[in-house]
Amino acid sequence: MSRRESNRQVVDSRWIPAIVVSIALVSWEGSARLGALPGFLFSSPTIVISTLVQSLASGEMFRHIAATLLRVIPGLLLGAIPGFALGIGMGLSPQLRRGLDPLLAAVHPIPKIAILPLVMIFLGVGEASRIAVASVAAFFPMLINTMAGIRQIDPIYFQVAENYGASRLKLLTRVVLPGSLPLVLSGLRLAANVTLLVTISAEIVMADVGLGSFVWLAWETLRVELLYATLIVISTLGITLTASLRFLQSALAPWEVAEPRR
Amino acid sequence: MSGTPPATAGTQGALVCEAVSHKYDKDDGELAALADVDLQVQPGEFVSIVGPSGCGKTTLLKIIAGLMTPSSGNVSFPGHAQDDPPRNGLVFQEHGVFPWMTVLDNVAFGLEMRQVPRVERQQRAAEFIERVGLQEFGSSYPHQLSVGMRQRVGIARAFVADVPILLMDEPFGSLDAQTKIVLQEELLRLWSHDRKLVVYVTHDIEEAVRLGDRVLVMSGRPGRIREDITVPFERPRQLGRGDPAVSELVWHIWDLLRDDVRSGLSLRD
Repeated sequence: MSRRESNRQVVDSRWIPAIVVSIALVSWEGSARLGALPGFLFSSPTIVISTLVQSLASGEMFRHIAATLLRVIPGLLLGAIPGFALGIGMGLSPQLRRGLDPLLAAVHPIPKIAILPLVMIFLGVGEASRIAVASVAAFFPMLINTMAGIRQIDPIYFQVAENYGASRLKLLTRVVLPGSLPLVLSGLRLAANVTLLVTISAEIVMADVGLGSFVWLAWETLRVELLYATLIVISTLGITLTASLRFLQSALAPWEVAEPRR
Repeated sequence: MSGTPPATAGTQGALVCEAVSHKYDKDDGELAALADVDLQVQPGEFVSIVGPSGCGKTTLLKIIAGLMTPSSGNVSFPGHAQDDPPRNGLVFQEHGVFPWMTVLDNVAFGLEMRQVPRVERQQRAAEFIERVGLQEFGSSYPHQLSVGMRQRVGIARAFVADVPILLMDEPFGSLDAQTKIVLQEELLRLWSHDRKLVVYVTHDIEEAVRLGDRVLVMSGRPGRIREDITVPFERPRQLGRGDPAVSELVWHIWDLLRDDVRSGLSLRD
């Protein structure tokens, strides 16, 4: 009771984000119509939405979405699976960890898009290079999270398993894998995010189809409304990817108490 | 002294420790944790070990469990070859229950490791889950349970695994006094149905007396067995709180430990 009295509010705080967004949209629309904003920079929300609907209806946007997904998904799998495997190895073996740590420390901080030219020397200008860069980007967060996931398992669980006579296989399937799973799945989420980021960047640099190239095309033809529409699609894609991986996490690791939402 | 145990070592199914010593390697030299521990526990016997903190109780338990090798001395199980000790179940103070398994899977874990078929191990686990009063929580995860309930899971797991030797490391150390008494009674009830050899480590003297057939009193670091006290109470025990007979024994043991606890404290400040 006293708590409620102490913070009397005009509106429920849950509505604040919606209100702020509405105000921004309405004032954007209003100032665009009144000519207060230069049209070639800002367009207006209604024009952006109608452009978006048009591009979806004509199927053109879907062609680009499909092209991007056909790079993101193979890139993610080709990077995350080896990252996971090596992460298990480095998590379990101190020797392997000590041996590879310097290499990891040297390569990991490079922004992965920066190696695209190098990759192109090896794989040529084409699909293979774009997917390769995406998978390199997916590899590292997966590797690092898997390794960390294994190392944070309390040694007591290994002792309990050993005490009950667990075989090496059982140790892996009943302790190592489930014990590291929550962090592994966080790693997968991170990997998906950077894969999308790097794929879009690579498409901007070299591709004739894909959301990155579509954004670039919109810039080259000075179609601001199409630029905004494509950005909305990219952000929706990112949100969907993250949300579905969060769902996967809660389905596969139900013992993890849900993290507080931020 | 090859594979077969000497005939004089003791009864079949017993546990024998001979001159077990252990030193930990530290950066600044060695730390002696155990010194010449001799003990014998008979099959079906419940032995409590008390001692000041840091006296090597847990080290001794891990050595008996086979999770650590002592620096010197020998642990043997008469009737068993040295390289084929009987199976044992360790119950830890906390965190011993796997957070990623349901209560049912946790309790069935020992059976799973012995490749007991799924249906059978779940039946046997369910039976013990019921005996510790958790029948409604079989599909819950440990984080949904209280600390006391989690300890019940750990104990049920050890009993269901059907091991002849149970090693308990302050299983009730983190519980409040009331829950502790309830679980002590539960443990004795389970044990009276299924008399395993139990080594029960605790720093709670009253607990040691309430539960044990014998209480081994250890000295401060390096730990050695200072006195071996037979607890004279009949079983099944109906010991109320503050029972004078219990108190008398508790005070006797406290007299033995007092100086070690004191010196342990003064060493630290």
